[in-house]
Amino acid sequence: MFRFLVRRVIGALVILLIISAVTFSLYYALPRDPARMACGKVCTPELLAQVRHNLGIADPLPVQYWHWLQGVFVGRDYGGLGNCNAPCLGFSFTNREPVLGTIMDRLPLTISLALGASVFFLIIGVGTGMIAAVKQGRAADKIASSFSLLGSSLQIYFVGYIAMYFLVQQLGLLEQPSYTPFTENPAKWAAGLLLPWLVLSIIFTANYTRMTRSQLVEQLSEDYVRTARAKGMSRRSVFFRFAWRGAMGPIVTIFGIDMGTLIGGAIITESVFSLQGLGRLALTAVDANDLPMLLGVTMVAAGAIVFANIIVDAVYALIDPRIRLA
Amino acid sequence: MTSTDQQAFLSVRDLKVHFSTEDGIVKAVDGLSFDLEKGKTLGIVGESGSGKSVTNLTILGLHDRHRTAIDGEILLDGKELTTARESELEKLRGNKMAMIFQDALASLSPYHTIGKQIGETYRKHTGASKSEARKRAIEMLRRVGIPQPDMRVDDYPHQFSGGMRQRAMIAMALVCDPELLIADEPTTALDVTVQAQIMDLLKDLQQEFGTAIVFITHDLGVIADIADDVLVMYGGRCVERGTKEEVLRTPQHPYTVGLLSSMPSLDGPVDVPLSPIPGSPPSLLNPPSGCRFHPRCTFAEKVPGGLCSTERPLLKVEAGRGSACHLTLDQRQEFFADLAATRH
Repeated sequence: MFRFLVRRVIGALVILLIISAVTFSLYYALPRDPARMACGKVCTPELLAQVRHNLGIADPLPVQYWHWLQGVFVGRDYGGLGNCNAPCLGFSFTNREPVLGTIMDRLPLTISLALGASVFFLIIGVGTGMIAAVKQGRAADKIASSFSLLGSSLQIYFVGYIAMYFLVQQLGLLEQPSYTPFTENPAKWAAGLLLPWLVLSIIFTANYTRMTRSQLVEQLSEDYVRTARAKGMSRRSVFFRFAWRGAMGPIVTIFGIDMGTLIGGAIITESVFSLQGLGRLALTAVDANDLPMLLGVTMVAAGAIVFANIIVDAVYALIDPRIRLA
Repeated sequence: MTSTDQQAFLSVRDLKVHFSTEDGIVKAVDGLSFDLEKGKTLGIVGESGSGKSVTNLTILGLHDRHRTAIDGEILLDGKELTTARESELEKLRGNKMAMIFQDALASLSPYHTIGKQIGETYRKHTGASKSEARKRAIEMLRRVGIPQPDMRVDDYPHQFSGGMRQRAMIAMALVCDPELLIADEPTTALDVTVQAQIMDLLKDLQQEFGTAIVFITHDLGVIADIADDVLVMYGGRCVERGTKEEVLRTPQHPYTVGLLSSMPSLDGPVDVPLSPIPGSPPSLLNPPSGCRFHPRCTFAEKVPGGLCSTERPLLKVEAGRGSACHLTLDQRQEFFADLAATRH
């Protein structure tokens, strides 16, 4: 297991390196002059040259990338603009601050959104899927299947606004979405995020219901489930100890991907609910042509997805002993 | 099979197992009766879909209760199983009656160690502790001939070879010393040497514990090796039964004759071509009328009045020996002799 983790982490770093190189060359190759933006309204040609030098964008692209990479490990000095300690993901031209600081400010909200919603959609989705699998072909199964089809065809920018209009503005059942750090006030933290959680889980639950149902139905028809029954095991213990064990793997896989996506790309969700998370940060960075910020957010998002996958693989190996980790 | 009035250890009486499917009712087993005594082995022979596996899943009560209609009686040691409650069956399964399945890799859980799967059955029925169950699992693995059982007990099924997996499965089935063992083609997926070892193992264990064994197979060679009595199934019905010697040496039913002549024989001349039974197994959704074998039977036209396609031949049993055919025994003997003569 240890060797597996070391190898996967090294592999993940290589992937992140490639992503950074591709993103870097894409964005920095665009015909825009970050120095002009950083220079401000009153900008003389001398000042512009100075800023350009400070930002390090007078150099050819590979040298620039090398400097960026160096910054990640040893930090970087942006001359008169400021200092950026390692790990330095870049320096925002618009905020005039190191990129990572801003990202770390926004990350807790995005993580709260993802984790909170996942608790809801895992419990509801997997629970409904289990019931549907047990009551296979009967009324409960058909109702669950219809609802999950409905849920999976809904979109957040539709459900989100409708829910906000009715539940918050008309009925006043829920609070207007807002973010209070958990460490500050857990109750307010939960109350402010409840609506986004519920809306996200409506969308995601469907997927888990269908997945859990089909996996369990398949597992329940496996020969080893029949063997367990032939040994005298009850339906209940066969269901949880054998069928559910086998059904878990694919569900964990999808969950890992969803978590990565939720952390890396909550742009629409955060926009709908006016929450200032990582997604909104990426959006404003695009609007402001803040290329270092965009690169920084991309790297954090990519990191979330890559490491979620490592965790998924490790968990999968714990579930299924046939997968050898070496 | 006994003809005494005393109740046999396992007694199946006029068993009917019908499934309802979207296309109609499948008559998987349609009126089957047999008896089995302790310490004896009954071989059930038949093609795929002849109802042999369904019969045995029904004995254990492992059929899909929502889709299956059961009629008839299954008495195990005097206890009626078809009407028994699920909780009662759970106490019998793995304890008094156990089953060995064909594909040991698919039939063992890939997520649990061999030792755990064997021990689990033991704990369930005896209430033993974890360490006792583990000790018992090691003892069982040793008994079925797994080398270094105290090491292998912690292996997963995928770490075992095919023959070892089947041994582990037998160990699992026998862990509570069941009185009835149902073996559903346990050697079909194994190569011949391993097959022979497994059969020897079953025979040894039967001698030691006096287990009654129902051995399902389509391989008459296996039957010749292990069975005391034989029951030949076709299309959900029994077409012939008797002792192993009777059925294999002097078959009475055209289907049994067909099965025997589709098998190579070691002591016969090698240049005699095998003669397969023409046609394919009957559909159980729309079974042939009358005798279910008549569309494939060489002798059907010799019965006057097309009786074979209109009327079901009854199984006439005397002292455990019988067959279901409209031809008289003498007629059949004559036709079979002619058939054998033309082949040589």
